[in-house]
Amino acid sequence: MDFLTPHIYSYLAVSAVLFALGAIGVMTRRNAIVVFMCIELMLNAVNLSLVTFSRMHNDPAGSMLVFFVMCVAAAEAVVGLSIVLAIFRNKLDVDINHLNIFKW
Amino acid sequence: MISTILFWLFSILAIAGAIGLVFNRNPVYAALSLIINFFSIAALYLSLQAEFLAVIQIMVYAGAIMVLFLFVIMLLNLKNEEMELRFDARRGVALILGVAFIAEMAVVFRTFANPEQYRLAPDFTYGKVEAIGRALMTEYLFPFEMISVVLIAALVGAIMVARKHTYHS
Amino acid sequence: MVSLNTLIVFLPLAGAAINGLAGLLWPAYRKQETLIGLIATASIAVPFALLLSAFFGYQGEAIRFSAFSWIAAGNLQIEFSYLLDPLSLLMGLIVTGVGSLIHVYSIGYMHGDSGYYKYFAYLNLFIFAMNNLILGDNLLVMFLGWEGVGLCSYLLIGFWYQDMEKAGAAQKAFIANRIGDFAMLLAIFLAYFTFGTLDFAEIQSQIRGAGEAGALTEMFGDRLFWLTLLVFIAATGKSAQIPLFVWLPDAMAGPTPVSALIHAATMVTAGVYLIARMHDAYLASPEVMLIVVVVAALTAIIAALTAIAQNDIKKVLAYSTVSQLGFMFMALGAGAFTTAIFHVLTHAFFKACLFLGSGSVIHAMEHGHAAEDPQDIRTMGGLGKHMFSTRTTFWISTLAIAGVPGLAGFFSKDEILASLFFNGFGQPLYFAVWAVGLVTAVLTAFYMTRLSYLVFNGKERFKSSAHIEESKPVMTVPLWILAVLAIAGGYIGLPYLIGHGEYHWLNHVWFSGTIINRPLEEVMHEHAAFEYVLLALAFAVSIGTMWFTYTFYRKHDLAGDAKVQGFFGRLYETMRQKFYFDEAYDALIVRPFSWIGTRVLAVFDRQVVDGVVEGTAAAVSGIGEVFRRLQSGLVTNYVMILAAGVVLVLAYLVWG
Repeated sequence: MDFLTPHIYSYLAVSAVLFALGAIGVMTRRNAIVVFMCIELMLNAVNLSLVTFSRMHNDPAGSMLVFFVMCVAAAEAVVGLSIVLAIFRNKLDVDINHLNIFKW
Repeated sequence: MISTILFWLFSILAIAGAIGLVFNRNPVYAALSLIINFFSIAALYLSLQAEFLAVIQIMVYAGAIMVLFLFVIMLLNLKNEEMELRFDARRGVALILGVAFIAEMAVVFRTFANPEQYRLAPDFTYGKVEAIGRALMTEYLFPFEMISVVLIAALVGAIMVARKHTYHS
Repeated sequence: MVSLNTLIVFLPLAGAAINGLAGLLWPAYRKQETLIGLIATASIAVPFALLLSAFFGYQGEAIRFSAFSWIAAGNLQIEFSYLLDPLSLLMGLIVTGVGSLIHVYSIGYMHGDSGYYKYFAYLNLFIFAMNNLILGDNLLVMFLGWEGVGLCSYLLIGFWYQDMEKAGAAQKAFIANRIGDFAMLLAIFLAYFTFGTLDFAEIQSQIRGAGEAGALTEMFGDRLFWLTLLVFIAATGKSAQIPLFVWLPDAMAGPTPVSALIHAATMVTAGVYLIARMHDAYLASPEVMLIVVVVAALTAIIAALTAIAQNDIKKVLAYSTVSQLGFMFMALGAGAFTTAIFHVLTHAFFKACLFLGSGSVIHAMEHGHAAEDPQDIRTMGGLGKHMFSTRTTFWISTLAIAGVPGLAGFFSKDEILASLFFNGFGQPLYFAVWAVGLVTAVLTAFYMTRLSYLVFNGKERFKSSAHIEESKPVMTVPLWILAVLAIAGGYIGLPYLIGHGEYHWLNHVWFSGTIINRPLEEVMHEHAAFEYVLLALAFAVSIGTMWFTYTFYRKHDLAGDAKVQGFFGRLYETMRQKFYFDEAYDALIVRPFSWIGTRVLAVFDRQVVDGVVEGTAAAVSGIGEVFRRLQSGLVTNYVMILAAGVVLVLAYLVWG
């Protein structure tokens, strides 16, 4: 049962899986808000890695970075959601496949 | 022994939450799955002795941010995403890319890992509020002040963007 | 540390910035003529005072001060640093001293001009550049000033740029100077290549070291020859020697005080200064010294001959300047560097006085509505009765430039001729140059007397309705100061004979050299009798010629010109047409170039250059036509490409 004992690779593996799932979500989902949530998931996956490294080296830098990432994510969520609101007000739609006017 | 069980429990919960987010057509369900995921990650932080971050994770992510998401989803009253019946090439490519990423990471772990060298340190001194506060007020004082400017900017920006524009003339 | 010395260089820049920017941004400021003039004058007068105190406190050791480190790239270390030694102190005193007087004079002369603030900003900027040129202690700072004075000269010649002819004269000056500047650049590259440094003192000590070891050729090969030749070519551009002198007469299009400051007293002597600064290199390359002396002699006599046949008061003075510059270069070519700088000094006094006097005359003619062309001496005559100060100072300066004993010009000119003559005992060519110099001296006395007489004496030829008035004190006081200096300026450097073997101040702490292999003093003592002959000759040339010319023109008045024409015969037309230099350049350079330009280069430009440019544009837009399909506007696609990139990079890191 030794291989089941948590190990830094266990945490990093979970982090990698979460990151990949988030990326798949960003690529497949069409609802802008859900895409947004997938991005939050990817950020969390990275945070998990950072905390693991911080723990591994007993070094505050990783934890600090996580703290700042959280702050920025909060700011980003607020601004992003207000943009989504503004778009919805104009187009009555938040499907990113319909928001393709920035093209040739 | 108990910690091993808890680790696997919350890892599986986190991954389940992520899957629920990615594959659920209803945005509200997706958001709720994400909350499960965030709670599990907070538990994983606890198991890494990062108590302060665990609390913050629950308060900021699971609390504030997810409430905001849910609020917007309900405000917009979105329908379920309609599934396309025909085979979507894009979806296939996305899955392949995701799996390839995980496979690559697995190879990285197997190739470069030395389990003996990279044991977790026996104790983590920077998980406590006191240590984090000390670090924030000394070494990280400048970024700490700057992040408050970022938050203020986000606040003002959000109000400006989301407010209803009335055009005169 | 910022020393007071730094102010010498940067105060004029501050003055230029204040007047220029305030005038530019604040139209009401442009009307404050007194304030503008005061600021401009003060920012030259203060450096002058600082230089004076440095001059009198000079201990015999060069003062070096650095503003900041300019370039530091590998072996190339350039300090933005300046040097106060006898040479640069003296030049600095000339520039700021004469500059201050001319600033004061300009307050009156430019009164009421719409570009008043601009004029003073340019003038201050010029002094800043000139200070860089003469005080800089390495070639690059010097070159900065060298280009700066060229720019200011261009701006001021074309000051009344609405007049196409004046704008053209400015361009001509700029282009002629560019040719010289190019040679200067090559010289700087060569100097760095040869010596590994651009520092004047370094270069000097390297050449001296090699010279004392007798290893000049082994160490430098023929590089010293090329270096000195290139510097001389640069000097012919800035200091108006053959073949690049053609711009200076045209430069008279600028305001007259500008002609006095830039095109007579200071900028045009930059070449003389530079060669004096690099005298060690010149002494080590005698062939170039011969080239210098021959070119200088030709310039001097051709310009003097041209001056005789000119009727524009400023043109006469312009050719006189070219001719006097020829004298300075003759002195350089004879190795009498001190004497050359001495002549720069005396020439600055009397030529500035002459130019300012001519400005006063033009001012009076213009404001008195005396003639169509206020600069034509044929419409002047008898002005002396109306303009006492201008007449007196102009005549004093004429006596000085003609070399009348006791006045400034006598000392320096006599010294130049003497050094040429005594060099002749080692290299007979110098006898010929001396003879040319003597003839030029005769011609100088002749045309200057003619000019003064036709302007101030004789019959009044301007319109009888005219109302001629003397200029205001703000203009006449500088004239008087310069006239006093034109009398007394020579005594600070008394030559040998009168000074009883005591070297004058300059030479005492400075240098002398000769291109014949023995000290000039020895030759002089050997042939001491000749000194008295030369002195007698100088008396005869100056006083005799002036007396002859004066009586000649008093008898014939303007008709005397016809008799002069009769004397020179067909040569006179050539003289009037300035020896056809402009026409020759037009035929040999300008027209072939414009022919090539229109027939070959324009076609090349249209077909090949435009073709390449347009082809590139077409190729870019063609490729863009294909790849813009990637720009679908769908965020999902972009994210996928991004993710694919991540996967590929990871794959490369893992297996690559």
